[in-house]
Amino acid sequence: MTALTMPARSEHDADLRPLPWRRMAWVTWRQHRIALAGVVALLGALAVWLWIAGLQLHHAYAAATACHPASSPACGDLVTSFNAMGGILANGFILQALPALIGVFAGAPVLARELETGTFRYAWTQGFGRWRWTLAKLVPLAVVVAAAAGAISVLLSWYYQPYLAPGNQALSLNEWSPLAAGLFALRGIAFAAWTLAAFAIGALAGILIRRVVPAMAATLTAYTGLAFAAGLYLRQHYLTPLVARNLFNPPGTAFIASQWWTKGGNFAFAGRPPINLMMQFCPPSAVGAVGPGKPSEGTLWQCFAQHGYTLWTSYQPASRFWPFQWIEGGWLLALSVLLIAAAVWLVRRRAA
Amino acid sequence: MNVIETSGLGKRYGGTWALRECTLAIPAGHVAALVGPNGAGKTTLLNLAVGLAAPTAGIVTVLGGKPAGSSAALDGIAFVAQDTPLYKNLSAADMVHLTRNLNRHFDQHYAETRMGELGIPLKRKAGRLSGGQQAQLALTVALARRPRLLVLDEPVAMLDPIARHDFMASVLTAAADDGMSVVLSSHVLAELERVADYLILLSRGRVQVAGDVDDLLTSHRMLTGPAAEAGRYAERPVVHARRAEAQAHLLVRATPDDPVPPGWEAHPVSLEELTLAYLREPGAAALPGPARGRDAQPSEVTK
Repeated sequence: MTALTMPARSEHDADLRPLPWRRMAWVTWRQHRIALAGVVALLGALAVWLWIAGLQLHHAYAAATACHPASSPACGDLVTSFNAMGGILANGFILQALPALIGVFAGAPVLARELETGTFRYAWTQGFGRWRWTLAKLVPLAVVVAAAAGAISVLLSWYYQPYLAPGNQALSLNEWSPLAAGLFALRGIAFAAWTLAAFAIGALAGILIRRVVPAMAATLTAYTGLAFAAGLYLRQHYLTPLVARNLFNPPGTAFIASQWWTKGGNFAFAGRPPINLMMQFCPPSAVGAVGPGKPSEGTLWQCFAQHGYTLWTSYQPASRFWPFQWIEGGWLLALSVLLIAAAVWLVRRRAA
Repeated sequence: MNVIETSGLGKRYGGTWALRECTLAIPAGHVAALVGPNGAGKTTLLNLAVGLAAPTAGIVTVLGGKPAGSSAALDGIAFVAQDTPLYKNLSAADMVHLTRNLNRHFDQHYAETRMGELGIPLKRKAGRLSGGQQAQLALTVALARRPRLLVLDEPVAMLDPIARHDFMASVLTAAADDGMSVVLSSHVLAELERVADYLILLSRGRVQVAGDVDDLLTSHRMLTGPAAEAGRYAERPVVHARRAEAQAHLLVRATPDDPVPPGWEAHPVSLEELTLAYLREPGAAALPGPARGRDAQPSEVTK
């Protein structure tokens, strides 16, 4: 069949130092360049969009803040038009899907596809060794997707800058807390950390579930659950909230955890006053027409205060943005390392 | 040296034992065939030997005592799994390069020359090669690692007769040239006679027959005689009895020197006949080879 002969292999070559890691770099690149190109294309398209939309937003913001006198109808139009901008980017929630997409499409298939198509029987019987193979795939891919996300979050920080300027409230411009659920995870180091965590969730789901599509679905579910849990419950407890008494007009940059009322030292009610109390003490006629926005709400609160109620506000000030970033980035990094280590450990001991 | 040695080896998936109480030793320098019905535990045994699976019970070592799956073992064993898995979206050249990067030893020249001889286009994606070419590509990258043991799991099951012939010819050439040992599982019995010189027959997760093919063939005879006497014929341990209308065919353990009873004729058996006889009688066992363990008394036969 073939005239080729193979040179006899010498027996003294049992030099069993592990193969150098750089050998795997080519392998990882060759096998995952399409996924990486997809990530870059997705983020690149987003970057272009953010850049164009961001220029318009910044321009509208500059026009609205520079307008004099602020009370003129022309300035009011500029304020209204700034507040109406943003479209689906307006509250930042849609962008939380980005780490999920990266986890689902770049993370979940890395191991699941090998197991689904049977190529793990090839890969894990090569001389490189299977746990080193797994580590040499997951770590560089994780670093690359996290770095790409970190780059895009610089742009996201710039995009959302106008909403975060203190003093917007006084000009009736939209003002958000940097700790707001939709915004916090897009800026600083949190976005890269969430992307890393989504990738790690995907990788672990891949080895646990061993099929690509179910692993993707599991990744999406787990990431969404974690992101909601962090945004709604966990984040506000990173540091003990400050509690203020009769803070009728909290700064727009503060993140309000909860508000409640006391009367004569006893708990009265939480949140907005019940309608019957409102009609009893502070009907709309007494506090002026209740329109939208906080000032009139503040008037209502003051009216309640005059009737012996005390308002308590538990909140996180905007100055805690960076401590919160480090806390969130820290636990997400620890979680990601743990998940990737678990994936490597499972590959190492997994019974095929 | 034994290329694969197991002792009391067992593997359980959930509540089912895929392999149990498996004690065998496959000596180096053979093309050993692992035969058995579906579900007999062939793939499980091979997965344990190449380190893809971990044993539930017992021990498996390879290449003269190295733990299966250890880096020394991975280094010396090339494994071509069932359906020859390849990265379908990589080109043939990339598969070669990939394997080179993942191994300490790789004969690039051998791989490229062999692909040229086989007419496998290097630029074509592995997924777009024919079934025979995919199998040959998987074999080429395995052989270019210059393994001391080549393990093949059902290598030809999916191939047409020509591709099957070419594939096995490649394996035999490489084994002859390099002194490489081969362990392959198959249920294509016709192929075995030409290929294998060592046979391991697995049945229901246990070793039923293990030994050198020549030894097995010389220690079994096919006796043909009157059907009426077949029931009384008990001088030799009978592996399998097949009765036609007037005549009975008994596959027995006997050497050519053993006397043949009057009215009976003795014929040598083929490997296929021998294998089929044992496959039909899962209770019978013959473990004359170098296998060690409690089941391995020479010439032990039960009916």
